[in-house]
Amino acid sequence: MLEITDLQARAGNREILRGITLTVEPGEVHAIMGPNGSGKSTLAQVLAGNPAYEVTGGSAIYDGKDLLAMPPEERAQAGVFLAFQYPVEIPGVSNAYFLRTAFNAIRQSRGEDEVDPIEFLDYMEKKLELVDMDVEMLSRSVNMGFSGGEKKRNEILQMAVLEPRLALLDETDSGLDIDALRIVANGVNALKRPDNSTIVVTHYQRLLNYIVPDYVHVLAHGRIVKSGDKGLALELEAKGYDWLVEPQGAVA
Amino acid sequence: MTTPYVTDFATIANNGGRAEPAWLRATRRDGIERFEKLGFPTPRNEDWHFTSVARIAESTFSPLRAASGQVTHDALAPFTFGHAEWPSLVFVNGRYDRSLSNGVALDPTVRALDLATALRDEPGLIEPWLGKISPAGDRSFTALNAAFMADGAVVHIAAESVVRLPLHLLFVSTASAAKGAAHPRNLIVAGKNSRATIIESYVSIGDAGYFTNAVTEVAIEAGATLAHYKIQRESQRAFHVHTIDTKQARDSHYVSFAFATGAELSRTNIYTLLDGEGCGATLNGLYMGDDQQHMDHQTNIVHAQPNTFSRELYKGILSGSAHGVFNGKVYVYPIAQKTDGKQTNNNLLLSERARIDTKPQLEIFADDVRCTHGATVGRLDEMALFYMKSRGVPEDSARRLLTYAFAADALETIEVEAVREELEGATLHRFTGASAQI
Repeated sequence: MLEITDLQARAGNREILRGITLTVEPGEVHAIMGPNGSGKSTLAQVLAGNPAYEVTGGSAIYDGKDLLAMPPEERAQAGVFLAFQYPVEIPGVSNAYFLRTAFNAIRQSRGEDEVDPIEFLDYMEKKLELVDMDVEMLSRSVNMGFSGGEKKRNEILQMAVLEPRLALLDETDSGLDIDALRIVANGVNALKRPDNSTIVVTHYQRLLNYIVPDYVHVLAHGRIVKSGDKGLALELEAKGYDWLVEPQGAVA
Repeated sequence: MTTPYVTDFATIANNGGRAEPAWLRATRRDGIERFEKLGFPTPRNEDWHFTSVARIAESTFSPLRAASGQVTHDALAPFTFGHAEWPSLVFVNGRYDRSLSNGVALDPTVRALDLATALRDEPGLIEPWLGKISPAGDRSFTALNAAFMADGAVVHIAAESVVRLPLHLLFVSTASAAKGAAHPRNLIVAGKNSRATIIESYVSIGDAGYFTNAVTEVAIEAGATLAHYKIQRESQRAFHVHTIDTKQARDSHYVSFAFATGAELSRTNIYTLLDGEGCGATLNGLYMGDDQQHMDHQTNIVHAQPNTFSRELYKGILSGSAHGVFNGKVYVYPIAQKTDGKQTNNNLLLSERARIDTKPQLEIFADDVRCTHGATVGRLDEMALFYMKSRGVPEDSARRLLTYAFAADALETIEVEAVREELEGATLHRFTGASAQI
């Protein structure tokens, strides 16, 4: 489904990714772990097409297509979804309108008919239950005045609505208390199907108690320094990252 | 150049002028004399620092005559907010057109007639106010309007009445307005404790270069609430200068919205005098300029009595090489203790060449007041754009939606749903021509 080969990227003059190679098959859950500044969030952003990062080498082939050549909206239309670490506030655009616009844009790209606001609200009911959100949240501006937990749940709500084939969760656990973490994880698990894949970017092992990975990769200084199964996450929890990470010049 | 106007004035006066009362002839003469002395304002005048009216001064615009019979009801459809049945006074090239107006259907608590008729038949409806709320003083364009005013709307809302439907004052310019000037003069008197909504539109059919120089005088009596929506959708080649002067009595509320997308050069002055304890003004607006358009909005709120309030939110969206100007003055007199004022002007620049000059100006002479102001200039939020695109929303839709969203909180203050929806739609379409449903 996704084949990343020697991917390199930078932000401004800072090299962040220095050659990532990773293959994700349908149905798999991969966890990307690593200390702050290791480049794990950048990997998620680059795969989603954030223009703040410049790809300087390597490739990412998604469903046989050159992912890196596609603008962000085409990646999303092809089934890639990024749950943001810091969801963006958009004053003046209601959550419902935003979700419906995105939903219809993706339907249109597949040659399907748009749905009207009434149909969409029906569709939304089940999705809201999944992340334990009140329908009232739909009439508020996107992420405006949402608590940290509400923003993360709103990300998972969007994911539930758009039903991606490749979900990138960028530190979705950061800033969540244990109840919110459980809700978010349950949402992600409920959306799992044999033909879709998930990449979970996280600093802590905690989330992986709920979203159980098939593979765990440790990033340091923009490279994968160790891969293993879920046992690796527990080992990291016990020993920290220092034993894997050699001191080097600072990387953001 | 003032000379052609002085010559035109003399011609009209020598033709017996109009059979007008002496007070009006005196007002006109005072107007032309002041205009001749003042000339057109130059950028040396502080109030015109960012707006050059050389293009108006160097052209010659003759007073427009009646031009009826060329506009059909159907042609007005784009301007009536889907409510062609609303009470209206329609003016074509500055002159009242009875056949296009819905004046007869008016609520009995509203007197609405054209200025020319009122001058002839009922000068008592005008004389106590006209030229007194908007004296020419040292204002060139108001003086010019006083000299040439020929028509306009006269609206009296009876005390204690609640007027259900909005009244639409619709000023239409046609292709035959080219090189002509209209000087509409409107008078609105909102009686004690009344509530009403008036929409004042300036629109064009065709693409002529003409000059609208309008003055609207508004008296709001004690306890009354008047919503007044000024909508400027003139031809992209037109020049538009409009001054609204409002005088407010105790516990009254003036709710103004100024919307502008039209004209090559436009200047809207909204001046309100908070002249009674407990009264207040809400002045909101949205201007959207593109290409070479120049749009200037000037507000002036005078807190002349204690316990008065003002709320102001103006948004500007500028693209192409458009130039926007916002100047918000707030004066607080020494006796106006407990004044509560808040002014905000936010601008969004969509291109490198677009420009805004924004200038809040607070002059406070009382010590127990709360007055704040803030002005911002920004561009579309790149992170928000990426966020939307990462959900599958195409670039142009994302830009359009964020542009609309920037203006949304100002537009949301328009209480008449049909007007709000129309202007929301106009905002969505302004810079892309694409359609979407909110």
